Parts: sequence; C-alpha cells; structure tokens
Amino acid sequence: MTAMGRIRAVMMLALGTVAMAASPGPAVSADFVPAVVYDMGGKFDKSFNEAAYRGAERFAHDTGIAYRDFGVTNETQREQGLRTLARRGATVVVAMGFAQAAPLEKVAREFPDTKFCLIDEKLDLPNVRSLTFKEHEGSFLVGILAAMASRTGTVGFVGGMDIPLIRNFLAGYEQGVRHTRPDGAVIVNMAGTTPTAWRDPARGAELAVSQFGRGADVVFAAAGATGLGVLQAAADAGKLGIGVDSNQNHLHPGKVLTSMIKRVDVAVYDCFAAARAGTWTAGHQALGLKEDGVGYAIDEHNRALISPAMEKAVEEARAGIIAGTLTVQPYQP
Amino acid sequence: MTSETHGAASGDAGPARAPGGLPAWADYGLLPLLNLTAALAVSALVILAIGENPLAVLSVMVGEALGYPEAVGYTLYYATGYIFTGLAVAVAFHAGLFNIGGEGQAYLGGLGAGLVALAVPGWPWWAAALAGTAAAGLFGAAWAWVPGWLQARRGSHIVITTIMFNFLAASLMTWLLVDVLIKPGQQSPESREFDPGVWLPTMDRALGWVGITVAPSPLNLSFLWALTCCGLVYLFLWHTRWGYALRVVGRNERAAVYAGMSPARVIVLAMALSGALAGFSGVNDILGVQHRLLLNVTNGVGFVGIAVALMGRNHPVGIVLAALLFGILAQGGGQVSFDFPRLNRELVMVIQGLVILFAGALEHLFRPRVAALFRRRAMAAVAGGGL
Repeated sequence: MTAMGRIRAVMMLALGTVAMAASPGPAVSADFVPAVVYDMGGKFDKSFNEAAYRGAERFAHDTGIAYRDFGVTNETQREQGLRTLARRGATVVVAMGFAQAAPLEKVAREFPDTKFCLIDEKLDLPNVRSLTFKEHEGSFLVGILAAMASRTGTVGFVGGMDIPLIRNFLAGYEQGVRHTRPDGAVIVNMAGTTPTAWRDPARGAELAVSQFGRGADVVFAAAGATGLGVLQAAADAGKLGIGVDSNQNHLHPGKVLTSMIKRVDVAVYDCFAAARAGTWTAGHQALGLKEDGVGYAIDEHNRALISPAMEKAVEEARAGIIAGTLTVQPYQP
Repeated sequence: MTSETHGAASGDAGPARAPGGLPAWADYGLLPLLNLTAALAVSALVILAIGENPLAVLSVMVGEALGYPEAVGYTLYYATGYIFTGLAVAVAFHAGLFNIGGEGQAYLGGLGAGLVALAVPGWPWWAAALAGTAAAGLFGAAWAWVPGWLQARRGSHIVITTIMFNFLAASLMTWLLVDVLIKPGQQSPESREFDPGVWLPTMDRALGWVGITVAPSPLNLSFLWALTCCGLVYLFLWHTRWGYALRVVGRNERAAVYAGMSPARVIVLAMALSGALAGFSGVNDILGVQHRLLLNVTNGVGFVGIAVALMGRNHPVGIVLAALLFGILAQGGGQVSFDFPRLNRELVMVIQGLVILFAGALEHLFRPRVAALFRRRAMAAVAGGGL
C-alpha cells in the first residue's frame, strides 16, 4: 500500500506539479532541499566527484538537512537529472563537471527560481554560480615538489583522457618542474580515449611502471580512479606518487609525495550554505591559490618526504603566485 | 529459382531452429518471457539483499519508464538508438558475422551527421536531416566496411577488427573534439552548437504541427526512421535476392559458393549495411538531442544493440520489442535512484547484465526443458488419438 501511494506521489510530482519531494534521510527541512548531480565518474571515485560528496555530507552533518543526489550514466541523463531534481523541488543544485554546462543552460532557463552551482565551467545566467579552479596553479606547486624530490630529474604525469581540463593540470605541472629544474624532463601519458580512462587502475599502474622504466621517479596522476593504480604502482616500486583533487596522501603513507588538492568540497559546501543563509549570488568565481581553491597537501603521512628546503621553495612560489609576481600560464584550448 | 526459395525461406526468421523445435510463438514469445522473468527474479534477490522491496522498485521503474508522457518519450528515445544498433547486429549476424563494432560505427555516424549540421546553417531542417542521415549512414558504413573488407579478403577476424575499430573511433573523436572541432575558449571538448534551424524536430514539436500536444522529451523524428529501417531490413533480408544471398552465406558459405554467390562481396555488403544502420543512431543523439558534437555520446548503444539483437532473435519485430525493454531499463532504471537513494546506478547495470545473461548467454537454459514439454504434449496428443 505504501509502495502504491509512493508511486502515485512520484507520478504526480513528475507530471509537473511543483511540490516538495519526500526527501529521504535523517531530518527533512521542508523549504530547503539541496541536491548534487555527479558526473560520470560516480560519487565514490576517490577524487573529483567524491570531493563534492564530502562537501554535501559535511553540510548535511553540520545542518541536519538532507540532500538529494543523482549520478549520471549517459549524456542524456545530465539534463534529465538536473530537470528532475529541479522539478521535484530542489532549492539549490550543484552540477559537477564541465560536461553539464550545456544541459544546465537549458534547465536553468526552465527553472529561474532554482539556484544552480556549476563546477569546472563558466555559464552566464542569473541563477547560476559558476566555479572554476585554477588547476594550473596547484599543479605548478606539486611540479616544484616533484622536481625537488626527484633524483633522476625525470618526472611522470598520467592523465585520464586527453581533454583541455587535464592539459591544464599538465601545463601547470610542467611549468613547476621547469621552474625548479630547467633541464627537468616530464614524461606524459594519457590513460585512454574513452570514459574508461577515468576508472582503469590497472592501466594507470601499467603506465606508471613504464614511466619508471624510462627514468621517472615521481609521478603525478590526474586521472580519477585510474590514478589509484598509479599511486599503488609507485608505492610498490619504491617511487613517489602525487595524488589529485582530494587529499590522497593517506592511501600509501610515506609513498605519496603530496596531493594537488582542488577544494570542490568547499565549493559545494559554500554553495549550499550560502543558498541557505540567503547570501547566495550568481556569477563566476575562479578559485586559485589566492582563494584557497587549489593547493597541495601536507599531513602526517607525507611530512617526512617534504624537506624544509622543498617547503620553503614551494611556499615562496605560492606567495609569488598570490602576489602576482609569478605567473603560471593555463592551457588555452 | 528465386521465387520458390524466397517463399520457402521467408517464414524462417531466426537462426537454425533446434531439432524437434518449438512452435514459433513459444520460440519468440514464451522463451524470451521466461528468460526475462528469471533475470528479474534474480535482480529481485539482489534488491532484497540491499534491503529494499523489489516489487516497489520494479513498479517505480516501470512507472518512471511508462507512467507518464515525458517518461514514455525518454524510453522511446533510448529505444530508438537500440533499434538502430540492434538491426545493425542482426544484419551482420544473418551473414554469419558478429559485428561488435556498433559503438564505433554509431560514433562515426554521429560525426557524419554533426559535420553536415555544422556545415549547413540556414538549411531547412528536413534538408539537413536528409543530408545528415545520409552522412551518418555513409560514415558508419565506411567504418564497418574496412573490417568487412579485411574479413572478406584477408581473413582478419571480424570480432577482433570491429572491437579495435571501436577504440580507433574513440581516439579519432577525442582528437577531433579536443584539437580541431572544439569551440574555442571552453573547457569542455564539444563543438559549437548547431544552428537551431537544422535541429531534427523533437516528437513534441512535430506533433505540435498537426495540433497534438505531448510532453517535451528527447524523442525525435529519428524514431520514425528507426521503424522505417525495421521494415526495410525485413524486406531486404527476406524479400530480395541480396538478402537471400546474405542469409545463405551466413548459413553455409560453401553452399553459397556452389550456388554461384560470392561470399566476399556479401560479407562486405553486410558489414557496410550493418555499419550504416549503427551510424543512424548518431542521428538520434547528435541531430535530435545534443545538437553539438561531443565525446562519449554513444555511451554503449552499440553494445546494448548486441543484446537487443540476441533477445529479439535477429528479427525486426523482436528487435523493436527488445529495444523497448532496454529503453525501459535505461529510463526507469536511471530514475529509480531518485526514490531509492540506496539503489545506485550500478544496480541498474546489474539488472541489465542479468537480462543480457539470461536472454543471451543462457538462452538455452530453458529451451531444452520447454522443448521436451512440447514434445511430450505432442506425443500425448498422438497417443491419445491412437487410442
């Protein structure tokens, strides 16, 4: 009976009645429903999407407000997921990933009263806050650390797919390496050309091992779950890995040099919190080192790997970038 | 020769029937239904193990796929792509070829359609649709022609080459979209949006012209083209000389040679047709829905096509029905997580996988038993008549 009632309710909602969806979870606030639409990688990718998940979870934990989420599995579902959440009464929806820009443009126009936060791409609409990250700045810093930690002068980079976003990571990383060691070499590999490239740890490990064979002794993985294989291979081979997006230092303590952190979790949390507090604004924010949107991670797991000289160099570069005396060129598509 | 053989052959739709086989209705109706039920039963156990009520999940799934007009639109939109790739696999299969390259052919078909749409701003939509569909077919056919030719002339196995061509297609598209066709100044590897005039009208818009109002959905006119293709494939396979040759080669290549047919030519033709059909699914996605070229737009449609063809017994009618089923799974399954947050998208893949497992790989699980049942009944009837 309850099932039937539930289905009928679902149908009525879906038929276009703007009403509050019965949100699952602990406490339900009737007038504020935050939501997240994860991209293809899925919310447990240990990286980009999972950072959003952590931000949403922290918000739910801090405020007791349940949130809704949806993980897309194909191109069409992006628009469908955004629209369904908006129609079911979501107040503020975070759209993860540049690929959601085009679908969001349509849906945001259809639901002018719903607030949207788009991560990783710009969209100029009155109810959309766009948040992009200066990945090149954070990557520059880990590039410095990689170059200083390397004995051979050759470092590696494993990307997911060869797309502009990943090239931006690479651009910063290369500049960081050259900034420290003008003669330093960067070996670059991309894991593939299909979305599998983001979730193929075996392929990541294989690429890392081949880079070690060519002389690399530090490798930066910007490849979603594929990067887990890269870090594993580095730990197994006694080399150093560099994590991405989330702090991945704890995965192999003492074997992960650092992680290039992209504070997607903070962006998601702030988006929800601002919408709740009524201070939410539309517009574009580019989050770099200055805004603390990107950075590198030092914790108890990698403390011993970062010498005082390294820390000094990287902090100098950080200060220089923030002050504007040191510029890092982003990748220009 | 032709009229007789066609008459004899036209009733025989599927692959060779098991000796002492089943009546057609059991083969095409009862067995798929049994397989589907078994798949759903196992899925129910999985859902139960997660701690949800399987019946509630199933009814939400069906309700979200068929319960209201917009959902039906989405379901039919997914089915459109599956019909195209299902037909593609079936045509190749009748020639004894296993075309696993539907994914790459659909990708290339989308590229063809997209290049036309980018090149002809200002054309009326029907002209752009005709040109785009032709280009999609041509691109898809060309992408399948190479493995077909390699199989026919060089003996390179079609399964291997078509799989490899999927990766080649993915690499080609990634390069094109990242370095060549990308709209400058954006992160996302996508082309610019097509001129709205050349978009393939959605079904709600097209029906609006004749005064019928339906809910907006991605369902577009390529659905009608998919159904037309079903008819054309049926006519081609069972009512033309070429289709006959294609099936003869599929059944027995030596008999085909003996009858004066050229297996090599048939193989190349079958693969080109197969590729063209798969390529049409690019029209559905690129011209009909996305209106821009982008990465990963095929998203497994070519692989689902294999399951659709298997389940549909390689017959157009069966393929439409199987495509509908997979459309329901794609649409309803995707929506389930809105109501059951504990059921994530991986569960939908489990259900799809089970359907494929039972309908395809375990196709013979129930067949011998059902066949034995029918034999016993037939014998009982004979015995009863004798007494």
